[in-house]
Amino acid sequence: MNIIETKDLNLHYGEFQALKNINLDVSANEITALIGPSGCGKSTYLRTLNRMNDLVHGVKIDGSVRYRGEDIYAKDVDVTVLRKRIGMVFQKPNPFPMSIYDNVAYGPKLHQKMSRSAMNDLVEQSLRKAALWDEAKDRLKKSAMSLSGGQQQRLCIARALSVSPDVLLMDEPTSALDPASTAKIEELMGQLKQEYSVVIVTHNMQQAARISDRTAFFLTGDLVESGPTADVFSRPQDQRTENYITGRFG
Amino acid sequence: MTTLTPATGSALKGGLSAKRRAYSIGLRTAMYACVAIAVSVLVGIIGFVLYQGLGHITWELLSTQRSALRNTIGILPNILSTLYIVITTLLIAIPIGIGAAIYLCEYASNRKVVRLVEFTIEILAGIPSIIYGLVGFLFFVLNLGMRPSILVGSLTLSILVLPVIVRTTQEALRTVPHSYREGAFALGGTRWYIIRTIILPSSLDGIIGGTILAVGRMVGESAALLFTAGVGFTLVTNYFTALHTPGASLTVSLFLYITEHGNRDVGFAIAAILLIIVLTLNLLIKLVRRKFRKI
Repeated sequence: MNIIETKDLNLHYGEFQALKNINLDVSANEITALIGPSGCGKSTYLRTLNRMNDLVHGVKIDGSVRYRGEDIYAKDVDVTVLRKRIGMVFQKPNPFPMSIYDNVAYGPKLHQKMSRSAMNDLVEQSLRKAALWDEAKDRLKKSAMSLSGGQQQRLCIARALSVSPDVLLMDEPTSALDPASTAKIEELMGQLKQEYSVVIVTHNMQQAARISDRTAFFLTGDLVESGPTADVFSRPQDQRTENYITGRFG
Repeated sequence: MTTLTPATGSALKGGLSAKRRAYSIGLRTAMYACVAIAVSVLVGIIGFVLYQGLGHITWELLSTQRSALRNTIGILPNILSTLYIVITTLLIAIPIGIGAAIYLCEYASNRKVVRLVEFTIEILAGIPSIIYGLVGFLFFVLNLGMRPSILVGSLTLSILVLPVIVRTTQEALRTVPHSYREGAFALGGTRWYIIRTIILPSSLDGIIGGTILAVGRMVGESAALLFTAGVGFTLVTNYFTALHTPGASLTVSLFLYITEHGNRDVGFAIAAILLIIVLTLNLLIKLVRRKFRKI
């Protein structure tokens, strides 16, 4: 089942066209990897899915992005609800300057009033899903800044999960982390896809090959090729894809 | 082939000619002298004022008002006037200044408008304060028919310190990483919620620092108040009555005691008090910054 469907999507930053006629679907309970060299539009595409590009001045978008059949760019769409359904994890861990507990509770507080005990449960649940509970349970009131980089990134994942999203967008979530932390997050993503649909932008092709079910290759704003990861990596249809994945450029 | 070392002898000694060495030493001496002059002038002024003034600060001076009958001098009304002016000015200028800074940093999307407003604020900051006094007098007193009072003085002073507050608040807001905003937006946060829960708390130290800086400007300002706050010397303890009463601030009274009464001792006592207040405020800024930075 397709959870997100993109049709004829074009995006301009002023005069510059960053995305050209993109047609791409995201399937439920799968990991979709977006690969391509820097500036190819993969992060820009990711940010159209939860309308983070709305925050950038001078962005113009046409075409359609549908989430569970609904046009997310329709006039009556409430972006706060959209972003609750489609969560995001960023390249650099960006915990808020508050306690670990408050970081996870921040999103739920935004959307609904909850009792103290319900909030405690939700925080624990979210930290467990992000595989951080055991490391954090004794220091929930400590500043999130006291965590290591890898722990901070898992905290950001817990924070994104706390508002019970449906889709998780990850923008190069491991590029600022060491190999051990990267391995933890990759393993975590494997678990997360049971419950969520994940779209991940990555610079690391081995990572895309290891963890994703489907892969889409972007180049200078075009979607060159997309399909099951095994096919894209072993039998690329397009010469440019082959050149990129074999390391001839990028 | 050229070489940097002398053809014979040590490779490490005798690099610079005597002339260049003398030049270098001369320049260094000149720079030491500049620093010595700057520091000694500053320390000299502070020391001189405190030396001349501290001895004349008595409890009677601080706690009474001037009496022509008993021929005594007290500066309590002036201390209160200064306090009232600071409080009133803060009440007016803080909401406007912080509000303007938040708008410029977080809401305004038109870069041209932002640049124009920032340019205007720069210009406002550079105008001599006596001109604010003059304009305040013309507008509030002559046009609106208010009489010189603590309120009119504070209104005028608010315009004067607004640039300080807007600029320091903007700087404080700009230090908040963009990634916090992105993270909160991605959770479905609305702009005002994010400002209230993340941006303001994490820029509080800078905003408080800027506010204290502004208080320093208020305490030290005289020219803008001379026309607008009036020259009252009577004690008014009720804040709301004082608002509509003329009152000479410490700085204005310092000017008047020296020029009209020729009372040098009281003048220096007030000067010493002002100096102590301003030094304390500066120390406070440092303490606030250090306290918040620990988190």
